[in-house]
Amino acid sequence: MTLLAASVIIFAFIHIVPGDPIYVLLGDTATPDQIDALRHQLGLDQPIILQYLNWTGHVLEGDLGRSIFFQAPVLSVIADGAETSTLLATMTMIWVAVIGVPIGMIAAVRHGTWLDQGLSGAAMLMASIPTFWVGLYLILIFAAWLGWFPSSGYPSIFEGGVVNLRYLVLPSLALAAPNAALILRLTRASMLDVSREDYVRTARAKGIRPWQVVRRHIWRNALLAVVSAFGFTFAALLSEAVVTETVFALPGIGRLVVQSILRRDYPVIQGVILVIVVVYLLVNLIVDLSYRLLDPRVELQ
Amino acid sequence: MSSNSATLWLKPFIARPIALAGLGVILATVLAAAFAPWLSPYDPYAIDPLIRLTPPNVTHWFGTDQFGRDTLSRTIHSARMALLIGSGVVVFALATGVPAGVLSALFPRLGHLLMRMVDVLMAFPTLLLALGLIVVLSPSVATVILAIGLGYMTTTTRIVYGLTLRLRAETYVEASRSMGAGTVWLISRHILPNLVSPLLVQASFVFAFAQLGAASLDFLGLGAPPEIPSWGNMLAESRTFITRAPWLLFFPGMMIVATAFSLNLVGDALRDRLDPRFRQVFGEKG
Repeated sequence: MTLLAASVIIFAFIHIVPGDPIYVLLGDTATPDQIDALRHQLGLDQPIILQYLNWTGHVLEGDLGRSIFFQAPVLSVIADGAETSTLLATMTMIWVAVIGVPIGMIAAVRHGTWLDQGLSGAAMLMASIPTFWVGLYLILIFAAWLGWFPSSGYPSIFEGGVVNLRYLVLPSLALAAPNAALILRLTRASMLDVSREDYVRTARAKGIRPWQVVRRHIWRNALLAVVSAFGFTFAALLSEAVVTETVFALPGIGRLVVQSILRRDYPVIQGVILVIVVVYLLVNLIVDLSYRLLDPRVELQ
Repeated sequence: MSSNSATLWLKPFIARPIALAGLGVILATVLAAAFAPWLSPYDPYAIDPLIRLTPPNVTHWFGTDQFGRDTLSRTIHSARMALLIGSGVVVFALATGVPAGVLSALFPRLGHLLMRMVDVLMAFPTLLLALGLIVVLSPSVATVILAIGLGYMTTTTRIVYGLTLRLRAETYVEASRSMGAGTVWLISRHILPNLVSPLLVQASFVFAFAQLGAASLDFLGLGAPPEIPSWGNMLAESRTFITRAPWLLFFPGMMIVATAFSLNLVGDALRDRLDPRFRQVFGEKG
């Protein structure tokens, strides 16, 4: 349902734009005949409703149309960027989990101390820094000055082997910074929420060791909120990667969307936005389903 | 009475010196924007090829850029764009989100429809929504405000909806209704006054995120027109020179971080003084 409405919006979006791709393709010198011929070839002369139905029908068959710029199927253009984007997102989520969750737990356990205040303050600072600025500084320090990592681009691991992952270290760190900060704050907040529950007080009163209370009573129950946060963080990544991929000149889906906007390559813009929205909704579905695994009390509707 | 409520508002800041510092930074930015022509040592547009890419020194405290323009003057003038876009986004988000949220909570049928629409819009990540809108509209400052504002319109609607639902269930609201109070009376006397402080919290977070969003769009070349000085535009231009002129990267970036961080600190301090029943309506995402 949401997807259907979203598909109408995506389709409508692209068709009320002022710039005409025909002119972009043919340039100023095109004759009216050439313009009509190409318009017909691309199906842009049909009524708008028909164009939408055509488009949806093809989408359901996995055909997202042809890129005007690349002269290739949109799906394969997107697939070319998928490797970079998927690996970038995965690496970023690993950083987010490894940095955000444990530090958030420490802050919660040491609640109210200077350590907690320092960590929470640092997290808020991280969330206030633009990712591209972090990215540019990482390039300056670790690529230009120290030369530890490459500054831009990404050759496929299928061609150059796993060592090519080093191209993604700096981008994934830049992208992870604000998101790790969010997860840190969320982990802390949800653990503090749980630790105010009666059963935690009971557990402590029974004389269970403090770290056992944290591990078995607080953490298990706080996990639910953290997992759902991972869902929306991942979704945010998909679009934040637009900026990061531009900074590091990565051949991913994010940079594809920016370049397609500048080239007015409608089918590609449509396709990428659709793919991102579908992935986003899928991730949310997986998160909802995983609640059931984590907490048997949750009833699926 | 008014001085009493003023101390009440200041209380969270006095207890937290860092939040007070945040308030100071915001005030300083506002002053810098207001008095930019008098504060700037040079004309922010004046080109001088002889002194291009000069490091910070006594005459040019923040150095100069690739056209020999004074970075300090450009940084000060950029505060105007930052405040314009930030307040524009906040006004847009509140002006659309508040009526939509309040009416949705009071009229369940309309609410059902509007909340479904909010769900659909929320299926688009904020930045993607902004990019999509920029494709449709020609690039301008108004486009940037609208593009970023659209993403925060939905979160504001949701928050206002949640708050109004809570308020509507209050005994005094019910009492007022049973005594024959009309909808307009309810909204103006009971609901809106109670929304003021939570909305102030929301406004400071939205302002902070608008700073970051606008900077990203500028950086992608899809934001404010490049000839207007803005921190994001300055960073976008500095990209090519980062190894030769790192100071071009430092100062505008620091200003974005300082304003966004300060706004977050202020929002956080204000949230902590909120009624606990309202606090949980705010997710961590702002």
